[in-house]
This record gives sequence, C-alpha cells and structure tokens, in this order.
Amino acid sequence: MLGTGIIKGLAETARNFLGSFVDKKRLVTVEFPEERLPVAEAARNFPFLLYDGSDPEGGLRCVACQICEKECPPKCITIEKSKDKKPDVVGKPQFYPAVFNIDVSVCMSCQICVEVCPFDAIRMDNEFELSTTDRFGGLLWTKEKLSRPNEHYLAIHPTEAAEVEARRAEEKAQAEAKKQQPAVSK
Amino acid sequence: MLDQLFVTLKHWLLSFAPSVAQPAVSILLTIIPILLVFPLLFALTTVLERKTLGRIQNRYGPNRVGFFGILQPMADAVKSLTKEDVVPATADRTVHFLAPLVLLAVAFLPYAVLPIGRNMIAANLDAGVLFFFAIGAISELSVFMAGWSSRNKYSLLGAMRAVAQMISYEVPLLLSAVAVIMATGSLSTVAIVEKQSGFSGIFPHWNVLTPWGFMGFFLFVIAALAESNRSPFDLPEGESEIIAGYYLEYSGFKFALFFLAEYLGMFAISGLGITLFLGGWSAPLPFLTFVPSWAWFFAKLFGMIMGFIWIRGTLPRLRMDQLMNFAWKFMLPMALVVVVCAGAWRFLPAGPVRWLVSVVFLAVAYVLLARGVSSTNKVTKRTYRFAE
Repeated sequence: MLGTGIIKGLAETARNFLGSFVDKKRLVTVEFPEERLPVAEAARNFPFLLYDGSDPEGGLRCVACQICEKECPPKCITIEKSKDKKPDVVGKPQFYPAVFNIDVSVCMSCQICVEVCPFDAIRMDNEFELSTTDRFGGLLWTKEKLSRPNEHYLAIHPTEAAEVEARRAEEKAQAEAKKQQPAVSK
Repeated sequence: MLDQLFVTLKHWLLSFAPSVAQPAVSILLTIIPILLVFPLLFALTTVLERKTLGRIQNRYGPNRVGFFGILQPMADAVKSLTKEDVVPATADRTVHFLAPLVLLAVAFLPYAVLPIGRNMIAANLDAGVLFFFAIGAISELSVFMAGWSSRNKYSLLGAMRAVAQMISYEVPLLLSAVAVIMATGSLSTVAIVEKQSGFSGIFPHWNVLTPWGFMGFFLFVIAALAESNRSPFDLPEGESEIIAGYYLEYSGFKFALFFLAEYLGMFAISGLGITLFLGGWSAPLPFLTFVPSWAWFFAKLFGMIMGFIWIRGTLPRLRMDQLMNFAWKFMLPMALVVVVCAGAWRFLPAGPVRWLVSVVFLAVAYVLLARGVSSTNKVTKRTYRFAE
C-alpha cells in the first residue's frame, strides 16, 4: 500500500526526535572543549625528552648520541652535541645536547626515535591540543619545551613505563653487582 | 483589541502622515512588516531546522553561537556577507546577476494576498489565489535563468530538473486548490478564510475536516514540497548528484539570497495551504477565539514548517522517473478525483451518507492509483544475455 512505508519512517524519526529529549543516552556527541573522553593509553603524538629528578637541565637522560637524529625518517630532529661533559643524575660525567630541537610540523609520530634510543631518554607524549599562532617558532620545539619529568611518562603510559622502569632497575642492579665483584672470571 | 493590534497601530501611524502622502505611506506600512517578519522567520527557521534535524539524527545541532545556538543565523549572515562573490568567467553576467534578485522579488510577491490575520492582508485581490499561482510560475523562470547563465552542466541539469518538477507539480497543486475554490465560490483568499471561520459544535468549518479537503490537503502538501524544492523533492539541488544544482555557481550573499528565496517560497506556500485548508487565521476551537488571529496564523505556519522539517529528516530523495511517475500517474488523477468529490460533496445532502460516499470514493481511487504507481518499479532478477 502506498504510504505505509512513509508513515513507518515518520514514526521512526519522531521517536528519535522525542527520545533525544528524554533519553540522554541517545545523544552520543561529546561536546569537546567542555567534555572529554579519556585518552587511550597507547595514544601517541610527538616525542618528549625524559629527565630524572627535579632538574630538567641536569637530570636529562639524553647524552646526545645522535642515533635518533640519524634514524629519524623525516629528519625532524636537530641535535648539537656539547663540547664539555656535565655530571648526570648519578654523578657520572656525560655529554649532553647543547641544542635538541624537534620540528613537530615535520615529525610523523613514527616512534622510531623511541625505539632506537639506548638510554630511554625519548618517549612519545599524548598531548594533542597543540595549535599555535606562530607557525615557525611555535612548531619548532626546543630542549626546554621537550623536557618532561619521568613522572609524566609514568602517568601517561603506565603499563609501558612500568616495564621500562623494571628493566632499568634490573640493569642498574646488574651494574652495581659488577662493580662489587670486578673481573672475577679473568 | 489584541487581535487588531497591528491594524490599529498602522492607522495610528498613518494619522501622522500628511494627507497627500497617505496612500504611499499606507503601502509602505503594509510592506515593511512583511519584508521584516518573514526574513526574520527565515533566520529562525534555519536554526530550528538544523536543531530539529540534529535531534532526529540524535545529535545536538548548532548550540555554540548565542543562547542555545539561537544566534547561529547571525553568524551565517556574517559569513556569507564576507565571502567572495565569484562569477564564472564564461557566465552571462547580467542574467547571472539578475537571477537571485528576480527570484527574491518573486518570493516576496505572494505575501500580498496572504491573510495573516483578520483585516491583515496587503492586497485583497478578487483573484488572490490566481495571483498567487501566477507569481509562483515566475520563480521557475528565475531558477532557469540561474542555471542557464552559469554555463555549467550541473547548473543547467539542476535548472532543467527544477523546471520539469515545478511544472509537473503545479498541476496537482492548482487542482487541489480548485476544489477549495469550487467549495467557496470565490478566488479571494479573504473570502476563503471567512468561509472556514465558523463552527458547528466544537468543530471548525475547515476544509481539511471534510474528506475531499483532507485528501486535497494531502495532495497540496506533497505538491507544495515539490514546488518549494524541499526534500524528498530536492532533485534540483541534488547535492550527491549535481552538487548544488542551479545555484552551484553562486557564492557569498547571492547564495544566501537563493536560500532566503527558497524558504520564503516555502512559507508562502505553507501560508496558502493554511488559507485554503486549515482555516487561515481562524481558531481551531470555539473557546480559543480570544487568541489573536495572527497568532493562529503563525502557530499554524510553525506547525507546517515543523512538518516539512520532519519530512525532510525522514525521506530520501526521489529518482527523476519516480518523481515524474508520481506526478502524472498519481497526483494528477488523484487531484481530479478530489475535484469531483468536492463537487459531489456540495450537492449530496448533509449527513453520514455524504461522508460514507466521499470516503469510499476517495479510498477506492487512492488504492487503485497507488497500485498503478507502485507496479511500475517492481524489482525483478536481472538476466544477462550476452555477458558470460
């Protein structure tokens, strides 16, 4: 019969229309700036540099080995190695990056820098509200902007960070043990 | 008092004008409110439509600009005013420029014969309904001007579709109005409303409450949807097929003018539907007559607009052949049946027999004609003779 389908359809849309006022579950829209969904744990955006302790300058794990700079596929990392050595967080003298820049307009978030880093010094951040009015300066992140404490890493990627922490603790314990009994086998 | 508020206000304002200028001032005082109220109504309708469509699709709709998004049309207006006005290099510049203006002028003219309230009509023409349809036919010309002058195949396709559709649906639109004109015995919109303003018991004498009037209103609304190029008859625009149809090559404020004209056309034809079938400005129940007549008109207009939005949110677009089949195989014969039924209603003695005869007559006609339409597009299994 002509028109029955139309009436069924009209009833369906009327149900949607009225239901959206009664049943809040129908409205799935998350009104973004005011409402937010939790960011997924595996979410990643751009890299950041980790530092231990409270001093971003002295505690930086990066020793300017420049592996990430060489491995970076779009070549967005610029590192200048320091001429001198500074003591790191355990007091051992190390090179440090005099300049560490990431051009986030070039970065493609591939995470290769994280995978190649032998010092667990670079990790992926999950911050995504990064718009800026300065498209050159605002998108070239310097060492100061990139440095984040280890606690930040523990907070945003807890599972992954816990693994890294456990591994680092084990390595440290092994190193300590080696120091205690030097060259037994020789 | 409240009923005649605007009429008294006009006469009061008119008393300040010198007697020489009074005719001109009187005309201005009639026209300016129409030119203000209906575009404002358009602005409100756009946001109402977007919010309603949103709710139908379980979204919020615009709610950022102003209180609950009510200032969204202002933001849209600023946006369309600041946009670049692009004219294609090969376009016929004069016609391209004139098309939106002609369309807008034509969109405003039908309001001259719409009785918005008691004694509230710009021009009480003896042939008001005829005037309305005559003006409505010009809008086809301006649509074709827009499509032709753009020198774009999509524009031209859209314009050709628009003309084909509007001419096809003008016939049932007119014929369903003819039934009312037959029942009233007048082409004047004021006379048509006054004929419907009485009550028998609690029921008003609206045409829609008779069998032929109900069917006529049904046909009128379908044809009105097609005339105002609204979904499901929005083939001339056809975003997914021909981008934007006849106003594809318009940008900025000219585009906004097309939009305005489309909505004004929708309000005008809804107003005519109200005048012809829903008793114009008359109250639906006898004890509600204290509400001003213009308030009833706008309440009914709001109801019609909501209905149009509801239909837009429900139905997908027709195909061109379905559109034409429906117009010529269903709408036109059904409108003729309505005309015959309206005549029979006039000459049959009042009572249940008249109701029974009319309802059965219309129902049988509906079922038979509906069968004719739906049998043409039966899906059969496709067989390939040569491809293997």
